[in-house]
Amino acid sequence: MSEYIYLIPLLPFIGFLINGLFLGKISRTLSGIIASGLVGLSFIVSLMLFFDLKALPADSRVMEQVLFTWINSGSFHVNFGLLLDPLSAVMILVVSGVGFLIHVYSIGYMSHDKCYGRFFTYMNLFTFSMLTLVLADNFLLMFVGWEGVGLCSYLLIGFWFEKKSASDAGKKAFIVNRIGDFGFLLGMFLIFWNIGSLNFHDVIQAAPTAFIAGGGLITAICILLFVGATGKSAQIPLFVWLPDAMEGPTPVSALIHAATMVTAGVYMIARTNILYIMSPDALMVVAIIGAATAFFAATIGMAQNDIKRVLAYSTVSQLGYMFLACGVASFSAGIFHLMTHAFFKALLFLGAGSVIHSMSDEQDMRKMGGLKKYIPVTYWTFFIATIAISGIPGLSGFFSKDEILWKSFSSQYGHPIFWVIGFVTAGMTAFYMFRLVYMTFHGKERMDKETKSHIHESPKTMTIPLMVLAVLSVVGGWVGLPHIFGVANHFEHWLEPVMATSNHVAVQHALLSSGANASAEWGLMGASVVLVLIAIFLARLFYNKKPELATNFQQKLKGLHKLLLNKYYVDEIYGAVIIRPLVYFSLFLWKFIDVVIIDGFLNGMATLYNDISETFRQGQDGKLRSYATIFAGGVILILFYFLME
Amino acid sequence: MVPISAYLIVAVALFGIGVLGVMISRNIIIIMMSVELMLNSANLVLIAFSRVLNVVDGHAIVFLVLTVAAAEAAVGLAMVILLYRNRETINIDRFNILKW
Repeated sequence: MSEYIYLIPLLPFIGFLINGLFLGKISRTLSGIIASGLVGLSFIVSLMLFFDLKALPADSRVMEQVLFTWINSGSFHVNFGLLLDPLSAVMILVVSGVGFLIHVYSIGYMSHDKCYGRFFTYMNLFTFSMLTLVLADNFLLMFVGWEGVGLCSYLLIGFWFEKKSASDAGKKAFIVNRIGDFGFLLGMFLIFWNIGSLNFHDVIQAAPTAFIAGGGLITAICILLFVGATGKSAQIPLFVWLPDAMEGPTPVSALIHAATMVTAGVYMIARTNILYIMSPDALMVVAIIGAATAFFAATIGMAQNDIKRVLAYSTVSQLGYMFLACGVASFSAGIFHLMTHAFFKALLFLGAGSVIHSMSDEQDMRKMGGLKKYIPVTYWTFFIATIAISGIPGLSGFFSKDEILWKSFSSQYGHPIFWVIGFVTAGMTAFYMFRLVYMTFHGKERMDKETKSHIHESPKTMTIPLMVLAVLSVVGGWVGLPHIFGVANHFEHWLEPVMATSNHVAVQHALLSSGANASAEWGLMGASVVLVLIAIFLARLFYNKKPELATNFQQKLKGLHKLLLNKYYVDEIYGAVIIRPLVYFSLFLWKFIDVVIIDGFLNGMATLYNDISETFRQGQDGKLRSYATIFAGGVILILFYFLME
Repeated sequence: MVPISAYLIVAVALFGIGVLGVMISRNIIIIMMSVELMLNSANLVLIAFSRVLNVVDGHAIVFLVLTVAAAEAAVGLAMVILLYRNRETINIDRFNILKW
């Protein structure tokens, strides 16, 4: 079966070619069917390969397929090789599965758009790039996918490029990502310099001998790779592009900016976990950045009024959780949360898209309310996703988030402070999500009459993916039940071959203290559940029962509210500290170095020769008599010269 | 016998007058006449040296030069007529468009 791995990325690529080359020549229906169908086929192939992989014994669960030699130059050798192991198997299932549902949803959502074919072209190209990213067997091919998804992200954020804010947001995403990619590239150079190969297998084999554990070199590599991850996965300090990316169509926000692309950073760190485990300092940095991002993004999310912006900050915050998990060397918990998050966040975005669709493109929650009875399917699916992300026991988000909280407390790299931050963030998550639900679906109907008359439930192509994702949001977490439930954690076990060395420490640690810590784990779990319930109750009080309380509260904490509403002025600070000096420096380079010095020199030379020519030109006046005079004068001079000798 | 230097002085004088004529005159006819003057000063030198050195080569060349000069004068005068037809003047300073 391993010879069919190439089909997984190839199928969406074929869709891209068909949709791109016959843009406008094939009918809209056909274009949507081809795009979704091929991603669906890719999902089926992924599923078959997954079961094949599962049939193998645990230690030999690796399938490789080298398609061709891509670069062969001296000692630099890169194959176009695909690697399917438990980690990439999880990723391809999530990418092609959720991707397929979102493609189907898009058929309905984009039905009124005039650039229907172009949308699916980009979406298929994105799916292809993302699958290349997760299936690559070396850093360079991964980087190709990495850049490919970045390009598609840019194209899709700026999909409605007639709108200035959309094209600006696209540029912002692209440029901010470029900064991260620079770190990724440098990290890759360091790896090649020290190991002489970019193949994951070779790097992992050679790493223990090539680097000193805890040394400066390995830390530098890990931090540089993490810089790349902060760019792509919207972590502090490079998270500013993600909220703006909501200018794109909503399915794009769901697919790229919630479920798949933004998790590439987490995937990359999990893929290189062997390197990270060798550098406790780098792990610490990852954990701190992750925890800080989770916390700050959640606080911002509590004050936003745009439905998609709340979800965007929620995504940033949840990605912070995943990095926190990676930072405490619990990579499988990070990937687990990545998967469950892909389900419920995609569902939240698609539900928000359905709301926006029914509200005639209104995104401001202050103009919604009471939508529950008009769009029941959207409401119920959205509600399921909300309780999943909030961490109500039994749903997927609870298990994955709780695992991260527990690991951040118990892991040898963890610290109670990380747990406290994660714990508070969990409360805030529940608060802003229920605030969103109450403002949108409950309470007074605040929209105008015109909009109200148009409210309708979305078509079947949109509601069916919602329902499928709702089921996944509920059951998705059951593959990774915690140990204290008395069952094996299948998910962690499944990823063990990939994380063998890294989990070894953590597993032993857990075994040694499992008896004493079981009660602690129950206690922490109970605490977070109680906190979540309190947060939900508060949200209900503020935004449903007594809205005047929320207004009062806002009045009292005016400064804080303004700070949060304006996202801590991060954009403004970056503008003043980085962008403005850069603009001035560029202006200096342009107006002074370029215009005055370089152009001045060149223009000066031209002027000089012009003046010389002008002087000599005067001699050529077209008058025969003066020519004759000069000629005669010349002859006389030559004669004199010869006579003088 | 007249010394060779006398012939040469006359020839140089004639040539100088011709050059000055070309340089100073505005009339194309006079310029052509000045050119003839220069040609003939050269002829005079050729003949003088032929006599002194007792060879006939110089005589032969002079005949050749006279023939060519006659032809050249015919062509030149024809051009002058054409120029006059176009511009209604034979002032050489008016024909100065051949420049930058």
